[in-house]
Amino acid sequence: MDFTPQELLIASIARMLRGLNHVAVGASSPIPGAAALAARRLSGGHLRVSVLGSRKNNFFTDGGRELFDCAAQGRIDAFFLGGGQIDGQANINLVGTGGYPRTDVRWPGSFGSAYLYFLVPRVILFREEHTPRVFVPKVDFVSAPGVSAPGVYRPGGPYALLTGKALFAFDKARQRFRLESVHPGFSVEDVVAATGFEFDRAPQVGQTQAPEPEILALLRGSVRDEVAETYPQFAATILRGAEAKENRA
Amino acid sequence: MADTGPIVSLDALAAQVPDGALLAVPPDYSGVAMAATRALIRRGVKRLHIVAVPTSGLQAELLIGAGCVETIEAAAVTLGEAGPAPRFSAAVKSGAVRIRDATCPAIHAAFQAAEKGVPFMPLRGIIGTDILRHRTDWRTIQNPLAEGDDPIVLLPAIQPDIALFHVPLADREGNVWIGRRRELVTMAHAAKRSLVTAETIQDQNLLEDERLAAGVIPALYVSAVAEAERGAWPIGLEGRYEPDTAHIADYVRTARSEDGFRAYLAEHVLAGRRAA
Repeated sequence: MDFTPQELLIASIARMLRGLNHVAVGASSPIPGAAALAARRLSGGHLRVSVLGSRKNNFFTDGGRELFDCAAQGRIDAFFLGGGQIDGQANINLVGTGGYPRTDVRWPGSFGSAYLYFLVPRVILFREEHTPRVFVPKVDFVSAPGVSAPGVYRPGGPYALLTGKALFAFDKARQRFRLESVHPGFSVEDVVAATGFEFDRAPQVGQTQAPEPEILALLRGSVRDEVAETYPQFAATILRGAEAKENRA
Repeated sequence: MADTGPIVSLDALAAQVPDGALLAVPPDYSGVAMAATRALIRRGVKRLHIVAVPTSGLQAELLIGAGCVETIEAAAVTLGEAGPAPRFSAAVKSGAVRIRDATCPAIHAAFQAAEKGVPFMPLRGIIGTDILRHRTDWRTIQNPLAEGDDPIVLLPAIQPDIALFHVPLADREGNVWIGRRRELVTMAHAAKRSLVTAETIQDQNLLEDERLAAGVIPALYVSAVAEAERGAWPIGLEGRYEPDTAHIADYVRTARSEDGFRAYLAEHVLAGRRAA
């Protein structure tokens, strides 16, 4: 079956949300948002989803702090973080490059990463751009560390890293990423060349699993309308584009 | 002159923000007092210490670009989908503004400490970040109630001089309705004074309606209210109007250069008394 690169990413994320109770999605995250809403349908409504910025798909009524209080109590099973830079120990940098505070390039800031990364059990790192400027040997600024010293309270942390080229798992014991699969159209060599840090991999690395027909049907149907409430442009262009392509085929 | 109670004009409201004030402002998804911000810039406020609760967008960007800000404390400054905030980035790079990077829950917790009148709030996470390394005002201690090793970060209370925000509805007593945007409640409780702009000011007391009362910040916390229709523009106001994304995208293009920013200020801030 034909699918778009975005549908592959959404399906990959949705698979990682199976069996969970509550997933929260941050602002400006249409692909994780679409994945969470699709996973909710696939779970028969068991999975609860809080999309920040949504009025309907959002449980929070107690102000900006509620998401964080919820996370600290263990009420959130999965969350998504990105990074202007991400390194091989899963440290993320959302602040900028070069010296601090007078950064060469300044990004918005760390948001809640310095907290949620510690407390949410399954943090999925998501960054579509897969280049050596994003995946660096060592981040210039640690907005949130991938691993913590013994004794630091840390029930949460990195679970996987999904990019436009590949899917990695994070091995907490080895404090390293392991390449799980490469997306259609890319080779392991492509991924090695585009990644500025070292990672583990098996002698044979397979291709990322194609989206299941059920999720494609949702993304091209009812879930697209739910996504449109919070991410209208994404729903209208990216998801609608996939449907148009399907109709032509 | 008749006593108008807490209801004042927009300019009179802006006049109540002294130079050098510690000013708390809400995130774009809450109620951002943009009309009042333009009035503040017109009056030439100086040396503000802004605390974003916990992030800010065009409001911080305009105040920084106009030279009104000495320090900004925030978990992020962003124009969202429109991209990075150009004058903020330039001011950080040149050192024209002092940035105190934070993380969202730390700012919320510091306001909750002020709300309770206690000196600090402990919070999980944060340990091992470069945020903490640069925040010499944040302290890591051993949890005194734990038997084993359990480091935890203490955030000093933040008591702003002024909380400034915009709401859909107010009444003549100075009660303001915020609905589910309860970070505004924490801000108002923590601040010495709250200055509020409202889309509409109604005659009936908001606290008389039980369905509205739980979403009301009572006049006890509110020093002044000014009516400002579309007072969050070009940012949106939940349930009322969407952000003016075309305007914000135009802003980002224009404000890439200092000259472009000056032209924007002249046209949209300095020209009209109520540019909206």
